[in-house]
Amino acid sequence: MCSLCGVLGGRGHWTESSSSPEAFASRREEVTRRRERQERIRLANRILGHYGLKLTDFSGGSYVLSTHTGRSKIVDNITEVWIAAEDLTGRGCDPLDPALLAGLAAR
Amino acid sequence: MTAYDTLIPINIVTGFLGSGKTTLLARLLRSPALRDTAVLINEFGEVGLDHHLIEHAEESVLLMDSGCLCCAIRGDLQGALRSLFSQRTRGEIPPFRRVAIETSGLADPTPIAYTILAEPVLQHHFRLGNVVTVIDAVNGAAQLERHPESVKQAAIADRFVLTKTAMVDDGGRVVRAAVREINAAAPVFDIDADPLNPDALLTDDLYATGGKRREVAGWLDGFAAASGDGHDHDHSHGVGSFCLRFDGPMDWTAFGLWMSMLLNRHGERVLRVKGMVNVAGVADPVLINGVQHIVHPPTHMTGWPDGDRRSRIVFIVQDMDRAEIESSLNAFNALAA
Repeated sequence: MCSLCGVLGGRGHWTESSSSPEAFASRREEVTRRRERQERIRLANRILGHYGLKLTDFSGGSYVLSTHTGRSKIVDNITEVWIAAEDLTGRGCDPLDPALLAGLAAR
Repeated sequence: MTAYDTLIPINIVTGFLGSGKTTLLARLLRSPALRDTAVLINEFGEVGLDHHLIEHAEESVLLMDSGCLCCAIRGDLQGALRSLFSQRTRGEIPPFRRVAIETSGLADPTPIAYTILAEPVLQHHFRLGNVVTVIDAVNGAAQLERHPESVKQAAIADRFVLTKTAMVDDGGRVVRAAVREINAAAPVFDIDADPLNPDALLTDDLYATGGKRREVAGWLDGFAAASGDGHDHDHSHGVGSFCLRFDGPMDWTAFGLWMSMLLNRHGERVLRVKGMVNVAGVADPVLINGVQHIVHPPTHMTGWPDGDRRSRIVFIVQDMDRAEIESSLNAFNALAA
């Protein structure tokens, strides 16, 4: 779902496979929600490091996004992470940015 | 959580002023297969609709604070759909199994889609079905060059229905080429020349158990008929479509990070995304479907068409570069390796 508008309630975020079990029913091995969440945080931090940000888990249901200087925001899903990242850094977080892609390839 | 495929599908019938939306709807509603369809219309045209379940809704859009135009709740539809469902539950109207919304000619269909997918009550009872865009062969090509509303209606179409092709010398060849350049993934039907098949237009979609395979085949055939993968464009509207193919499996977590980041930054220009993804560790294809910032819950299809296990993702974008999108997704997917 789009979370730009802050509408509350409803299904889980579309990126979470636990929200659409039918779509992932033919998985060859079980992936727990917790494991997927940890992997999401690990990969997100590879990207967020480019902007000087760090993502951590918050009670298994939300995330905390922080800057190196200690500013932080609590967000509920990965779409909100990008919105908060742009807010905290004051710059656009663009997956098409060649500098970001070069940085990802170099790490 | 309600299983997505048990929700009541809502079809949006859109098209520019005078394109023939009501005529199409009137013909479709004569089909016994669509007898249990409730109809919502935004404006009463000259063509009367003789149907037992018609509601009228004045257009009103509730803009959210974020100012994101595609993510606006349509207040009129919110009220009308809640009311319809409530009457259905109380037994005051027949238990309709589908809703068709006829938009006004200048409507942007995206807020309608957003209302269905994100409104807290409606999302538990309804889901978005196919968007059918009606294009008039006499004026359609010119409207697509001049009116952004018309381009938007074409970009998010799941089906095109051409009207008035008998009134032009080329039989609709020009308008057909114009819509294919914007959106090669949507099958095109000619209301005069082709048999009017309600299944092909409305009921075959990604969430219909029996129809999703035909639906996916329709996208791929569309690109095969166009040029294989879509092509560059030089129209004033800057909208075009292409189909990316990826040989290896996709990591779902990396894909979700990439797509959510892309839509957050470029959602106003990514008009439509749909595809069949070979997700690492998952035997069947995972089907994705998005309209601007809005993404449907993914679903799956049993087995791969033609045994080809490559991911195939259709993008309909405005002024965006295909190679940049492709290399960016590859870079993100490599993060999980």
